[in-house]
Amino acid sequence: MFLINCPFCGEREQSEFKAGGEAHIVRPKQPTELSDDEWAEYLFMRKNIKGVQFERWNHIHGCRKWFNMARDTSNDQIKAVYKMGEKPPVK
Amino acid sequence: MKNKYSIFSLIKNAFSYHENWEKAWKDPAPKKEYEVVIIGGGGHGLATAYYLAKKHNMKNIAVVEKGWIGGGNTGRNTTIIRSNYLWDASAGLYDHALKIWEGLSQELNYNVMFSQRGVMNLAHNLQDVRDLKRRTHANRLNGIDAVYLNTEEVKKFCPIINTSPNIRYPVLGGTLQRRAGTARHDAVAWGYARGADEMGVDIIQNCEVKGIKRIGDCVEGIETTKGFIKTKKIGVVAAGHSSVIANMAGLKLPLESKPLQALVSEPVKPIIDTVVMSNAVHAYVSQSDKGELVIGAGTDDYVSYSQKGSHDIVEGTLNAILELYPIFSRMRMLRQWGGIVDICPDASPIISKTSIKGLYFNCGWGTGGFKATPGSGDLFAHTIANDEPHKLNAAFNINRFVSGDLVDEHGAAAVAH
Repeated sequence: MFLINCPFCGEREQSEFKAGGEAHIVRPKQPTELSDDEWAEYLFMRKNIKGVQFERWNHIHGCRKWFNMARDTSNDQIKAVYKMGEKPPVK
Repeated sequence: MKNKYSIFSLIKNAFSYHENWEKAWKDPAPKKEYEVVIIGGGGHGLATAYYLAKKHNMKNIAVVEKGWIGGGNTGRNTTIIRSNYLWDASAGLYDHALKIWEGLSQELNYNVMFSQRGVMNLAHNLQDVRDLKRRTHANRLNGIDAVYLNTEEVKKFCPIINTSPNIRYPVLGGTLQRRAGTARHDAVAWGYARGADEMGVDIIQNCEVKGIKRIGDCVEGIETTKGFIKTKKIGVVAAGHSSVIANMAGLKLPLESKPLQALVSEPVKPIIDTVVMSNAVHAYVSQSDKGELVIGAGTDDYVSYSQKGSHDIVEGTLNAILELYPIFSRMRMLRQWGGIVDICPDASPIISKTSIKGLYFNCGWGTGGFKATPGSGDLFAHTIANDEPHKLNAAFNINRFVSGDLVDEHGAAAVAH
C-alpha cells in the first residue's frame, strides 16, 4: 500500500487507482501485417522488471484519467509520475 | 542409505533426547559441473530433482536456492489441494498431481500430513450456479470426483456458514470435491529434499543465480554467488522471479509478478473440518492442525516483488469472511504475509522447453501452484530428461501464446485469480 501523486488530483491512496500494466507498448501500426510471433510479443510478453519499471495507471475512483509512473517494483517506491504521451524520465 | 522414519526410530531417538537424529539433507559446496541444475529450491524444484534422480536415473543433479529451501511460496501458500479444473488439459495436470499426493507420505517416508478433508466452492449468483454445475459435469467426464450441493446441503456439510438469503451475496449452492484437501507445506519441501539428497542430489542453499552463460543457442552454465557452475541443462522453477532469470538468458516471458497475501488467526478448537472457497467474494478458509484459521486473500493488481501487499485487499477478504462466517467476528488475526506469484495471461502454468537449447521453464503457476507440486515435479523432470514434454504437460508449452491455443482457466477454475 502506498500513496500515488495523481498529476490531476494530487496525492491519494493507491486503492483509488487501477494498475494498467507496462507502459510504452506501442500498438502496431499495421495489425494485418503482423506475424503470430509479433502478435504474441505485443499481446502477452512482458518485461516484468524487478527494479524501476514504467507503467500505466488510472485514477479510477477519482478523475478517471490515465497517466504514467516510474516505480521501483522491488520496494514499491514511486520515482516519477508523468502524463500520457510524455517520454519516460531519464534516471 | 538414510535411516527409515518409523515408530521404532522415534522411540530409539527418544532415549537420546532427540539429539542424535541424522541430518535430513547435507549442505554441500557446489561441484564444478552438473548434468542438470535446478534453479529454485521450493517444492516444485525439489520434486523435479527428486523425480529426475528416481525415474530418469540421473546422478549428477544440483538444486540451487538463493535463500533456504521452502522459504518462498512453498512456505507462504494456504496449502489447498484440489483438481476440479474445467478444461481437459488442466484436469489431466492437476489430477495427476492429486493421485501422487494420495501416496506421497509413504513414497517419501515423510509425513506430509495430506488430509482429504474435501474442498467446497460456493456459488453466490445464478451465473456462479450455472458455471459450477458445468464444471462438476466437466470434472466427472474427466474422472474427477465432483458433486453439486444446494444451499441446504452446503449448510449440512459446513454448519457455520451463514446461508441466510438476506446477506449481500447469499449462498445459492456449491460444489464439493471430497478427494481434495490440504497438506503440510513445509513437510513437502523437506520430504522431497530428504528423498532427493538420499539419491545424491546436491541441495545448495544461500546460492543466488547472477547470470546464465550461453554459447550461441545453448546454455553453458550459471554464474552464482558461490561461483560458476557448468551445466548443459537448466530447469528454472523460480516462481515470482522467473522473469528475472529469463532476462538473464535474454528471454521474455508472458508473466506478471504480483503480491498474494494470506493470514492466520489465533489458534482455536476445531471449528471447520473442510476447506471452503468462494470465488465471487474472494474468500477462502480452512483450519490448520494447530487450530489456526488459514485465510487466503487476493492479489494486488500491480507488479511488485516486495513480498508485501495492500491493506485494502486483506480488508476486503475479511469483510467477506465475516459475512459468510459471523461466528468469527471476534477472532484475532495473528500473522499476515505476502508471496510473489507469477501470473500467466491465461492463468495456467508453463512447463516447457524454450528457444534456448538446454533451458527449461516451469513457471506461471500464479495463485495456485502448491496443489500441483508432485505432478509438476514429475512432468518437468520428464520434460528435462527427454527434451520433450509428457503428454500431460504438452498443452502447457510456452508456444501457446504464439499459436493462441491458450488454456483459459481465468474464472473457469474454482477460484478467482
